[in-house]
Amino acid sequence: MKTKWHIQTLVYGIIVLGALAFLFPFVYMIMTSFIKGAYSLPRPKEVFSVIPNLYNYQLVWSKNNFARYFLNSSLVTIVSMTGSLFLGCLTAYGFARFNFPGKELLFRVFLLTMMIPGVINIIPQFLIIKSFGLVNTYWGLWLIYIGGGVVGSTFFLRGFFQSIPKEYEESVLIDGGGSWRIFWNIYLPQSMPAIATLAVLSFQGTWEEYFTALVIIKEEALRTLPVALLMFNDKYATNYSWVFAASIIALVPTVLLYIIFQKRFVQGGFNEGGVKG
Amino acid sequence: MSIPVAGQPKPVQRIPAGVKLKKGLQQWIKVLPYIFFGVLGTAVFVIYPMIKNIIISFQDYSIMPNAENPFIGFENYVSAFTDPNNKVLMAIRNTFLNVAVTVPINWFLAIVFAVLINMHFIKHKIVFRTVYYLPIITSWIVVAFLFRFLFASGEYGLINFIFYKQLGIFHEPVNFLSNYWSAMIVIWLFHIWKTVGWGVVIYLAALQGISKEYYEAAQIDGANGTKQFWSITVPMLGPVTAFVIINLVNGAFNFFPQVYFITKGGPMDQTQTLPSLMYLQAFKNFNFGYASAVAVMMGIAVFLLTYSQMKKFGNQRFL
Repeated sequence: MKTKWHIQTLVYGIIVLGALAFLFPFVYMIMTSFIKGAYSLPRPKEVFSVIPNLYNYQLVWSKNNFARYFLNSSLVTIVSMTGSLFLGCLTAYGFARFNFPGKELLFRVFLLTMMIPGVINIIPQFLIIKSFGLVNTYWGLWLIYIGGGVVGSTFFLRGFFQSIPKEYEESVLIDGGGSWRIFWNIYLPQSMPAIATLAVLSFQGTWEEYFTALVIIKEEALRTLPVALLMFNDKYATNYSWVFAASIIALVPTVLLYIIFQKRFVQGGFNEGGVKG
Repeated sequence: MSIPVAGQPKPVQRIPAGVKLKKGLQQWIKVLPYIFFGVLGTAVFVIYPMIKNIIISFQDYSIMPNAENPFIGFENYVSAFTDPNNKVLMAIRNTFLNVAVTVPINWFLAIVFAVLINMHFIKHKIVFRTVYYLPIITSWIVVAFLFRFLFASGEYGLINFIFYKQLGIFHEPVNFLSNYWSAMIVIWLFHIWKTVGWGVVIYLAALQGISKEYYEAAQIDGANGTKQFWSITVPMLGPVTAFVIINLVNGAFNFFPQVYFITKGGPMDQTQTLPSLMYLQAFKNFNFGYASAVAVMMGIAVFLLTYSQMKKFGNQRFL
């Protein structure tokens, strides 16, 4: 089937235009981050003639504590990602492989909570963390991120777990292993693509989570990147080159992770992630 | 792992046969190590908050320790609707506008781009897919900075620079975020730009999932490209379209970072949506009762909106 050249050109034209619409703002942002000492809105001409350098990045990274915030975010994200993956796998396994009275009801309650946006839970979640005395600690954040994210990860993984043939379990049963061994030796390795996808979603969701982090963390030294970014922006609103240098630093891990995993990505909804803040 | 603790949900049994009860109990003991912490976490951080929200919405709630928090009936709800500034009504109106404006545009762009990228003569499909998906993996905050920067007031904001200085379409530099409609337009563009890549990727996957055999058979029957598109591609995309539209509606119904990071609800709370209004009322004005009333109303609305859809699509996954 041969398509006429002018149709080909038109189609290419449209999708390249679309690609430019998505790429150009990023390019403009990166170029702005190279401008030195922009205390007011830089002129487009200045932006287009800038020479790449890392001056603002060094400034933001060391003088403005973004190294610290980066570490904070890494700690918060890695612990809650690991925790919610592990808990999600366990719970999904329970729902996928076992029968027990009330399972249907419990599952329906889970489904119900998924329909209601997580934002509305922020007030009571804050009050719970406050009553535990965990305001201003990462424990408070970890508990909310992990506890609030279980339902989403359970739903995501349950389908994959259910598609694993029961026959695989026999080898473990013959060896005298129980359900725990089946979980570790069969279900987890067989669902790696799904788990990896969930890991990326959970990483991204936690790494950029702002609203809960702002409410729970009060101390400046404990701030995570998103909160720090917004505070930084409030402080130096007109200095876009600094704000963008900091922003790009914050973007690097997610973009890298996505590029590494993109071939094995399983799709989910765009509102859905590992975290239901 | 864990040992069954008192106060665990007991298995519900209609038949009082001891054997059945025992079997149910045994099943629970087997599954409990796996689901205990998941159920506990959900109960404490998702289900209890929902109930607590409803309770707070009937209280004059104060964050102070040992505050009395008296019950005041429907006062929070009444004040939400009798407020002279009509904040809640404005937020509801904005929510409907957000859905009505962004969903059709978002959907149309997604399907058009996906179909075009999927055409057989297009090379480097993965490159296009990655570029279109970039905004999705970028955080809302960073994209918001970017949009505030591009739509900055004064003649050197890029949009003003192009449309005022270069092309002369604007008669004066527009102060986008201080007028209601221009602020709404920035919010909509922000949302569409940020999320359209998701629809493109979902549709691309769906298109690639349609078996080549259908097209080959159609070709033997002498159907041309256009005919094939309408009689094979379009019907095959039906279920995915339902899934995409439901997600787009839900996304547009719950504008929060879109508003919070771009306008903080301004000018004068005119661009608020229910989530942003709730959050700001709670954590900026410490109006917890009022904010919870807003949250409860929002929860009910979203529940009604999604209940029937989720029943159908809750278990479906698209590769």
